[in-house]
Amino acid sequence: MEKFTTHTGRAVPLRRSNVDTDQIIPAHWLKKVTRSGFEDGLFEAWRKDEDFVLNRPERQGASVLVAGPEFGTGSSREHAVWALQNYGFQAVISSRFADIFRGNSLKNGLLTVVLPQETVERLWELVEADPTAEITVDLEAREVRAEGVTASFELDDNVRWRLLNGLDDISITLQNEADIAAFEATRPSFKPRTLPVA
Amino acid sequence: MGRTLAEKVWDDHVVRRAEGEPDLLFIDLHLLHEVTSPQAFDGLRLAGRKVRRTDLTIATEDHNTPTLDIDKPIADPVSKVQLETLRRNAAEFGVRIHSLGDVEQGVVHVVGPQLGLTQPGTTVVCGDSHTSTHGAFGALAFGIGTSQVEHVLATQTLPLAPFRTMAITVEGELPEGVTAKDLILAIIAKIGTGGGQGYVLEYRGSAIRSLSMEARMTICNMSIEAGARAGMIAPDDTTFDYLKGRPHAPEGEDWDAAVAYWRTLTTDEDAVFDAEVFIDAGSLTPFVTWGTNPGQGAPLGANVPNPEDFEDPQERIAAENALKYMGLEAGTPLREVPVDAVFVGSCTNGRIEDLRAAADILDGRRVADGVRMLVVPGSVRVALQAVEEGLDKVFTAAGAEWRHAGCSMCLGMNPDQLAPGERCASTSNRNFEGRQGKGGRTHLVSPQVAAATAVLGHLASPADLKPADPAANPVAVEA
Ligand code: SF4
Repeated sequence: MEKFTTHTGRAVPLRRSNVDTDQIIPAHWLKKVTRSGFEDGLFEAWRKDEDFVLNRPERQGASVLVAGPEFGTGSSREHAVWALQNYGFQAVISSRFADIFRGNSLKNGLLTVVLPQETVERLWELVEADPTAEITVDLEAREVRAEGVTASFELDDNVRWRLLNGLDDISITLQNEADIAAFEATRPSFKPRTLPVA
Repeated sequence: MGRTLAEKVWDDHVVRRAEGEPDLLFIDLHLLHEVTSPQAFDGLRLAGRKVRRTDLTIATEDHNTPTLDIDKPIADPVSKVQLETLRRNAAEFGVRIHSLGDVEQGVVHVVGPQLGLTQPGTTVVCGDSHTSTHGAFGALAFGIGTSQVEHVLATQTLPLAPFRTMAITVEGELPEGVTAKDLILAIIAKIGTGGGQGYVLEYRGSAIRSLSMEARMTICNMSIEAGARAGMIAPDDTTFDYLKGRPHAPEGEDWDAAVAYWRTLTTDEDAVFDAEVFIDAGSLTPFVTWGTNPGQGAPLGANVPNPEDFEDPQERIAAENALKYMGLEAGTPLREVPVDAVFVGSCTNGRIEDLRAAADILDGRRVADGVRMLVVPGSVRVALQAVEEGLDKVFTAAGAEWRHAGCSMCLGMNPDQLAPGERCASTSNRNFEGRQGKGGRTHLVSPQVAAATAVLGHLASPADLKPADPAANPVAVEA
C-alpha cells in the first residue's frame, strides 16, 4: 500500500446521493481475476451518457471525487474501491459513507474524507465554477484545503497512522517478521512440507 | 485448568500475542484452488512480495474442471481464464500445483489428506469454507477470504480472533445403514445452521471413535454448514494408521516424534467447553434434507414438514419458502419424493469408501428409467483406486455415468448442472437455491441413500430395495 500524507489534485463533482457499489462497479466485472483493470467498469452505466461528469474533457486527470451523501452503499464488494483507485482517484469526499465501503477503502489506501454537507456544497460550487481548481487533502494536518475553504476532518488515530506509513495488514504483520522467523526456527522437523517427494 | 484439543493446537501456533491485538497464528499448510486465489496473487505482485513459504503451500484445480473430455480445451471462457491464471501464478511464484490431467489432481480437501499433508496438530487454511474437512485429523482447519489468502501467502501467518469451544458428544453405535453423513445432517438439524457460530466444534464419544478417517472427514467437512469456524476430532490410532506410509507422512525418527506429540492432542479431563451437545447414535436413522439449507433435514421415514408446525416465525417463513422452491407439499412422505438425478461425489462423500458403498448397492441392480446418475470421484487417486477395484464397471453397468475427478455438480461451476426444476439426491454438502444449477432442487443424502434412490427413482434407503438380481447387471454375472 502506498503512503498517504497529502494529496493535491483537480476534482470531479458527483452530485448524486446513495451511490451504491453496483453503480460504482457492476456485478459482471466480478469475474475478473485481477485487482487491476477495473477503471473501465467504474460508473459504467452512467458513463454511457456522454454528458456524465466523468466524461467531460475538463475532468480528465482529476484525482479527488467529491460525492453526495451515502456513498458506497449495497454489496460489500472490494472491487468498488479497486475501480476508483484504478481510475486514478486518491481520495473521496462525502458527508456520509456506507460502513463496509469505508472500511474497504481505508484498508486499500483510498482516503475517504467525511466533511459536513455544506462544505461539500462549497467544494462543488468551487470546482464547477473553475474546473482547474485544486483540492488538497492533507492527512497529516487532517485538513481539506481549496480556494476559500479550509475544513478539518476526523479519522481514527490507528487508521491514520497506517495510511501515513502505507501499512496494510500484511505490512503490519511483517513488522513482526522477527517473531515469525523465531517461530519458524523452533518448528519440529516432522511437520509436513509440500515439496515434491521422490 | 485443562485445555481442549482446539486450544492446544491454537497455543502451539501463536507467533505473537499482544494486549489489544488478535493472536498472530502460524499456518502449517496453505491449500489453494483457482477460484479464490487470483486476486491474492495479484496483490502480491502489485506490492512486489513473494510467497514466504512455498514449501508449505500447494495448489490444485477443482472447482472449474470439466469431468468429461478433459484432454480437450476447456469450453467455458471464464473457467478457462481462472485455471490458466492459477497455472501462471503457481509458475511465477514457485508454488507446487496439480493441474487437470495430473495424477494428484482432485478436490483440494480430498488431495491434502490423501497425500498425508494434513496431519494432527497442524493449522490448515484454504480460501474455501469446507477446509473444516481437515479437522478430522485433529488439525485446526478453516476457510479464509481472498485478502487473508494474500496475507498467508506473504507472511505464513494470520491474525485471528479468539473462538469458543463446543463439544458434540456422540455415544453408542450407529445402527446398520446409518452413516457419518446421516449423523452430521442430524447434528446440523439439531443445532441449526447458525448453531456453531463462533465455535470450534469437537466431535467426541464412542460413536466418533469407531468411525474411519473417511467418515470423520465427512463429519468435519460439514461443520461449516452449522456455521462453525472449524470442526475437529482428536487423533488416535485410526488417524495414525491412515497416515503411516503416505507420501508426506513423517518417517523414521520423525514418525516416532510426531506420534508422541500427536498422542498429547486430546482434550484434558478437566477442560471446560463453552457449550455441549449430546447425541445418542443408536437413535439415528438415514437422514435427508427437504429444504434449502442443510439444517432443514428429517429422517427418511418422516414426512415433508408443515411450516405451520414451526414455532419460530423466522423458521416458519424459511420453511414456506423452501417448500415452494423445492416444489414439495407438506405431509408428503419423504420416501415418495421422486428424483431426476443422483450425484455421488464432492469433498463430503467423494472418497473411496463412499464409492464402494454406492457400488455395493448398485451391484446387480439398475438405475431407474428416467434417472440420471453421475459418479464423480473426489480425486484422480480415488478414481484409479475405484477402477482397480472394478467399481467404475459396476457404475456403468448399472446405468450411471462414471466421470473424471473434480467438484462437478456439487456447485455446478463446470458444465455438470441441474436444469431448472430438476430434483437431485446429492451426496454433497449444500442444498442452497441454485447451488447445483439455476432452479435445481437438491436433497442432501448419504452415498447409500443416493444409490438406493437411483435404483428406485424416489428417495429411499438400501433397506427398501429388493434383493439384487445378478441378471440385471452384467458385471455381477461375470464376477
Ligand atoms: S466439492 Fe463442493 S464443497 Fe467441496 S470444495 Fe468442491 S465445490 Fe466446495
